[in-house]
Amino acid sequence: MSEMTFEPLMVEPAGVPRGRAMVERADWAARAYAKYDIATVNRIVDAAASALATRAQEFARDAVSETGFGVVEHKVLKNIACSTGIVETYRGQDFVSPEIDEVNKIVAIPRPAGVILALTPSTNPVATVSFKIILALMTRNSIIISPHPMAKKVCVAAAKAMSEAAVAAGAPDGIIQIVEDPSIPLINALMTDERTDVVVATGGTPVVRSAYRSGNPAIGVGPGNVPVLVDATADLAKTAARIIESKSFDNSILCTNESVVIAEEAIADKLLSAFAREGAYVLKDEERDAVRNTVFPEGHFNTKMVGKDAVWIAEKAGIKVPAKTKVLVAPFDLVVPEEPLAHEKLCPVLGFVRVPTATRGIDIARAVLRITGAGHSAAIHSANPELIMMFSAAVPVLRVSVNVGNSLGASGIQTNLAPTMTIGTGFAGRSSVGENLQPKHLINYTRLAYNADAREVMPSYAGLNPWSSPTGPVPSYPVASNEENYGFGSTSIRREPITQDVAELRDEIRKLIVEELHALIKN
Amino acid sequence: MTQENTAAPEFDYGLFSYDSKEQMLEKSKEFWNPGKTQFWIDSGVPLVIDRREEYFIYDMSGKRLIDAHLNGGTYNLGHRNPEVVQAVTMAMQHFDIGNHHFPSLARTALAEALIKTAPAGLSKVIYGSGGGEAIDIALKTARHATQKRKIVSIIKAYHGHTGLAVGTGDDRFSKLFLSDRPEEFPHVPFNDLEAMEDALRDRDVAAVIMETIPATYGFPLPNPGYLEAVKKLCEKYDALYIADEVQTGLMRTGELWGITKHGITPDILVTGKGISGGLYPIAAVLATEKAAGWLNEDGFGHISTFGGAELGCIAALKTLEVCSREETRSMVHYIADYVGQRLAAIQATYPDWFVGIRQNGVILGLEFAHPQGAKYVMRHLYENGVWAIFSTLDPRVLQYKPGILLKPEVAEEMLDRTELAIGKAYAEIRNERSA
Ligand SMILES: Cc1ncc(COP(=O)(O)O)c(C=O)c1O
Repeated sequence: MSEMTFEPLMVEPAGVPRGRAMVERADWAARAYAKYDIATVNRIVDAAASALATRAQEFARDAVSETGFGVVEHKVLKNIACSTGIVETYRGQDFVSPEIDEVNKIVAIPRPAGVILALTPSTNPVATVSFKIILALMTRNSIIISPHPMAKKVCVAAAKAMSEAAVAAGAPDGIIQIVEDPSIPLINALMTDERTDVVVATGGTPVVRSAYRSGNPAIGVGPGNVPVLVDATADLAKTAARIIESKSFDNSILCTNESVVIAEEAIADKLLSAFAREGAYVLKDEERDAVRNTVFPEGHFNTKMVGKDAVWIAEKAGIKVPAKTKVLVAPFDLVVPEEPLAHEKLCPVLGFVRVPTATRGIDIARAVLRITGAGHSAAIHSANPELIMMFSAAVPVLRVSVNVGNSLGASGIQTNLAPTMTIGTGFAGRSSVGENLQPKHLINYTRLAYNADAREVMPSYAGLNPWSSPTGPVPSYPVASNEENYGFGSTSIRREPITQDVAELRDEIRKLIVEELHALIKN
Repeated sequence: MTQENTAAPEFDYGLFSYDSKEQMLEKSKEFWNPGKTQFWIDSGVPLVIDRREEYFIYDMSGKRLIDAHLNGGTYNLGHRNPEVVQAVTMAMQHFDIGNHHFPSLARTALAEALIKTAPAGLSKVIYGSGGGEAIDIALKTARHATQKRKIVSIIKAYHGHTGLAVGTGDDRFSKLFLSDRPEEFPHVPFNDLEAMEDALRDRDVAAVIMETIPATYGFPLPNPGYLEAVKKLCEKYDALYIADEVQTGLMRTGELWGITKHGITPDILVTGKGISGGLYPIAAVLATEKAAGWLNEDGFGHISTFGGAELGCIAALKTLEVCSREETRSMVHYIADYVGQRLAAIQATYPDWFVGIRQNGVILGLEFAHPQGAKYVMRHLYENGVWAIFSTLDPRVLQYKPGILLKPEVAEEMLDRTELAIGKAYAEIRNERSA
């Protein structure tokens, strides 16, 4: 039985077929990597993380110059936190070896997702690329990164550095790939490709929604719009310091940067004075209107403002502020959708509203999140656990930073939440993940389960491991079969063991992270 | 076709139709090639390829086969590769075969792309419409450059069946047409350097022509150092080295050109088959400046209306781009590794029957312990859904050539089927022996 089928003239933009080729290659790489053992995986993860961390400064600088926003020193910190920092966080944890539960007679064998498509934003370009790569490598997945077009050059350089280091440490060829020239049709093709096992989307709402529409499993996270409640019991000096430091972090382009401070009337003026002492400039009414018109001309956010510093923004608004101003505080009355200052701002402009009581403040926090940011994060500065509990239960977010800046609090860098660049917004934020993205989200387990009948004994599984470590490059180079070094996974090319140098470097990096974090917290 | 329309023929292809596969085979014998048609019927492989896509071909009966022969690499990228189809379809809005007398847009563009990806030193491109013609061009070019006539080739070499090429190959095909010319076309045994040197010693040889791995002979591998030594002998005795990369080029060895794995820059390189993605015939000869002198002396020296047809050039440009991708190279290495491992395991099961694996990338010759062994395996493969062909010039050996873009699950399926077929062929041979 035959049919004449004439293909319609389908014109695909250049790059789309190339993208498909990347997915096919990733598929081979994922199959190979899924058989690796924990020792080799650890070695690969370390190598990739070090490759990024040792160039954290360079990548931070390049990210700022390519995108035109953010603060180099803050990006250095994020780059380190999202490479060696993440590795340290999960050191000792194993997402590879079978887990044996003798009591319940169940053995759980980790099973990687396969091919991860990671969409990364312009705001946290390198940190997010690194974060997702490290998570993928820890869980034996292969990863294709589609960077934000505004940050593609630096992301490509960073991903390539990590890829080379990973492969040199024994990872399969093609385990990390990055799209050099992202475009909408290409991203669509990658997202909908049936070989893509999971899409991990960090970015604007349209990107996240289309990830969920792709028909493939997806982990997408929604936007933030962080309300911060400060009540009369708060230590105002510390609170002000924390909020201003956090709000100005990386010029406020994280989704976790504070958006609107909600202050109990009794302490509102004192809080504003404390803000001023920390380097914030409190706008007068006309100045606020000028800033509103500059940041939201005709009510719409002006993307030129993203990640610019406070002085630059003030200048654009025609306002004179002291040269070292870190944050512009913009007081307004009502949190409603038509008030632009109640929306996410992605620059160091901080909304400020007064409430007669802290409980009233909870309602206002809910109003902020009605606009955007449901499921994301909120902060509260208070000494009153009862209020903090009420606030946390009432406000539809999945993490509440308490007496800590939200930028690094919600992302787990200054709290003990899982450190992440990808904040799961859960059902409230239309996402499949409610926690900070972490390795466990990128694997499933095959559970082998014995008869529950107590007379049926599960034999010992101790020491049984289905995984092994290749002894040569994967795949082996195709030498002719009549040559001496023909063979598979055991060719003559030897891999370097971890040298003293690398070990020292690792220690140094560990120290560096601790110091940087320390400095930041002290601030 | 719809059931209710009883008048319609069952196999309707628009411009032509057949009532049945039987009728088709009858007509094939009547109007086309009775010898060939009957051969396949007798071989237990009555294949008439109908639908084709990716690495699948379908017999008229609807039977699906994984193509592990690919016509010697013609379908390297799979059948009707969508990227090549799109390139050619779009090109047809503007181009046709073109005019071979004039400078040509597409011929020039492809020539530049070929030279840029070729071993260093090759600098000019001459087009043919098929591999044989390209080989003839290569031989003529060598004769012009050296002003000598003799061409040395390997016993059981296969370079095509056109006027000169046929002389380089097995007698079976030249004698049939009274075209054997042993004085001009000496043949020497493969992997025999002494014989090669003897053939060259008199300095009357224009060129040695070598398949980088002799395909139709079942892919016997050149001994380590053999090709390199032949190249040196060529230099010593003023003969050109012609690399026939018709089957070994285009990433099949895990590098774009097989010859580069030997570190050899040939004086002339020939490509065909896979170069056009299986969609529009074209072949090309790449030559060094020194070898290609006739292009300056008389640019009309070789004329071929269809040589370098512009639609073929466009198919080839796309194909070359796909083959040259980093992703493609990586996949070939994965496929070669996987197929090699699986075959080694099968061989361990049937060590007395499946006696050898000749492999370089995704070029494989599988040796069986029976003079016609590969014909048995071919038939069982066919019955079990894989198409791979025995080697005409050594029927012990099966040519096994998986695609360079093969997906892992198809590779797995292909090997599962292959394992079964090899076992069944063995059982059949043992039954015959015990009977
Ligand atoms: C190595 C080699 N060279 C040349 C040719 C001739 O190509 P064509 O059949 O296109 O004339 C073939 C064909 O099988 C071949 O295998």
